Amino acid sequence: MRARYAYALAIIIGIAILVFYAMDQVRTVSVLAFSLRYAVPLILAAMVGIICERSGVINIGIEGQMLMSAFAGFFGAAVTGNLILGTLIGVGTGMIMGAFLAVGAVTWKMDQIIAGTVINILAVGLTSFFYAQGQVLPGNTPIVAIPVLSDIPLVGPVLFENGLFTYAALIVPLVLWVLLFKTRWGLRTRAVGEKPSAADTSGVGVQGLRFWNVTVAGILAGMAGAYLAIEATGTFERGFTAGRGFTALAIMIFGAWNPIGALGAAFFFGLTQGLASQLQADEVVAIPQQFINMLPYVLTILLLAIVSGRIKPPAAVGKPYEKD
Amino acid sequence: MSTMDPSRTDLGFTDPDPRRSGPLDRIPSIVLPIVSVLLAFAVGAILIWLQGVSPLRAYAVLFSNALGTPEGLLRVMEKSTPLILTGLAVTVGLRAGLFNIGAQGQLLVGAIGAAWAGYHFQLPVIVHLPFAILFGMLCGAAWASIAGVLRAYRSVSEVITTIMLNAIAIALVDYLASQPLKEEGQPLTRTPAIAETATLPVFGIVPSGFLLAIAVAVFFGWFLTRTTQGFRFNTIGLNPTAARYAGISVKGTIVLAMAVSGALAGLGGAIETLGVTGRFEPAFNAGLGFDGITIALLARANPIATIPAALLIGTMRTGAAALQFQTGIEPEVVDVILAITLLFVSAPIVARLLFRNRNIKQTTVTSGWGS
Repeated sequence: MRARYAYALAIIIGIAILVFYAMDQVRTVSVLAFSLRYAVPLILAAMVGIICERSGVINIGIEGQMLMSAFAGFFGAAVTGNLILGTLIGVGTGMIMGAFLAVGAVTWKMDQIIAGTVINILAVGLTSFFYAQGQVLPGNTPIVAIPVLSDIPLVGPVLFENGLFTYAALIVPLVLWVLLFKTRWGLRTRAVGEKPSAADTSGVGVQGLRFWNVTVAGILAGMAGAYLAIEATGTFERGFTAGRGFTALAIMIFGAWNPIGALGAAFFFGLTQGLASQLQADEVVAIPQQFINMLPYVLTILLLAIVSGRIKPPAAVGKPYEKD
Repeated sequence: MSTMDPSRTDLGFTDPDPRRSGPLDRIPSIVLPIVSVLLAFAVGAILIWLQGVSPLRAYAVLFSNALGTPEGLLRVMEKSTPLILTGLAVTVGLRAGLFNIGAQGQLLVGAIGAAWAGYHFQLPVIVHLPFAILFGMLCGAAWASIAGVLRAYRSVSEVITTIMLNAIAIALVDYLASQPLKEEGQPLTRTPAIAETATLPVFGIVPSGFLLAIAVAVFFGWFLTRTTQGFRFNTIGLNPTAARYAGISVKGTIVLAMAVSGALAGLGGAIETLGVTGRFEPAFNAGLGFDGITIALLARANPIATIPAALLIGTMRTGAAALQFQTGIEPEVVDVILAITLLFVSAPIVARLLFRNRNIKQTTVTSGWGS
């Protein structure tokens, strides 16, 4: 979306939120808190997509990376009885899955979409085979209220009284934006994603940079998975990630491969879902549950159809690098 | 040779090696899938052994229950039928450079479409059965066409849209089977039973739907290699720029290929409804779409080869329940074995082991983000 429209939309939504807050404080805070919870894994997963695609590698396997991490994080915590250890296992699994894609898509130069699909199918198979019922987490993750900031009306309870992964999801896009657009690493990464032959000529190791970017991005997929299993729900079920990894790719596209744009897009997605749930819970509208469930997917397709063609992906995305 | 110049590419497709002869056929086509399957079974054996069960016994149970009795064989053929068709759906897409991950959703709308056509009308068999089958195919084709049109005219990647359409289809058929098409006075979420006149017959132990699926696979083996339209599909898959210069409508062919792909998956759903389940119930038909991808890649995008690939997977899926019953091994071990098979056939692990001295080029079969 062109930045102007995005700003205008953000201002309108902001005003609407203030009006609703004036009318009904409790509901507005609860809808916004729901929206943020919905957005957190999407933000983190979209950042995975942005790092990979800015480096020229399509990551359709985010879904599988998240699923494996959620699985490993949950059962890691349940078996060791230690939330921190479980979280680390989940995040580490994300990095291993990142390396898995890096080996397939970068080192072996596999068709990138098929490499990602292999990850997705492998994740479904492994997590359902090793799934065990009746496991519980040893406790809840702490909610950290940030002093002073959490006392601000509206903003405080929504943004500044959360678990650690939620804060991470709010900070990572800002950090990634600085890294991508203000540092040497960012310049090189974008060069490798746009015109790898030129980057290669000027001395940037295309294969190495792609490999490490895709691997390290896996950490964020691990955080998204660990968030879902440990911080957000405290459970793990088969097929737990429910397509969030794919929705995140759409969010990456709406955000025009820009971390801040994707952050906004993820909020917008969360807000639509939060509103729909609240409207249904209050029985304002008698929409069948199935249509509420469809909403994020329908919205994804509609928004893709609208914005596609106006924003360009990194030029070399999807193409294994062959030296001339 | 500059492969990175975006101006030379259309629809995001690049051909990294001009000497390449065709998609997926650089290495002898039979050896790699067979070795991959055997190695995947070896990995599966380790998993089974770790659970304290003899792998040989587990595999004997897995296959003997499916292949040892007439009822087992019937079930194998029933289970393989939608797998052949979703495998073909993915194959036709791959040939045209499209990665249809949405076979699952197309199969679901085809299955419920056929169920509606099957119970809603009173017609003679000669009309009713073909009508119900065609209606299911039409539903699948229409569903896939959403992705086809968006890809052709709005450059939206079919990979994302077909995944989204899967999720939408799951919710949609659940709604249809629980509200407008629900069987009256039933607690279960399901449609009424189809009429006798729309039922696919079983000849002895051979379901007619299975024969139909085989005939369709053979037809597509001919269609993709011997007809002008099939040539168009292959050409837009291999080189859309060349296709355009040759006067082929790339956009029209993308939409058509996606519609054909969806019709095949829809046919799989229709046969499942009309020949096996006799009505539509959302709990049926789960998870067949992913198997279609595995089958298409195992068959290296060759329509005829989808038949043995689907039979193998159909056999394993049939035997999985007995596996749990008789050995206590989770039936999901089949999912792990299939996923590892997919990994071995599509990643150059096995190829490198087998063909150490040859320079193996990875082929690009999908066309990226399509922008």
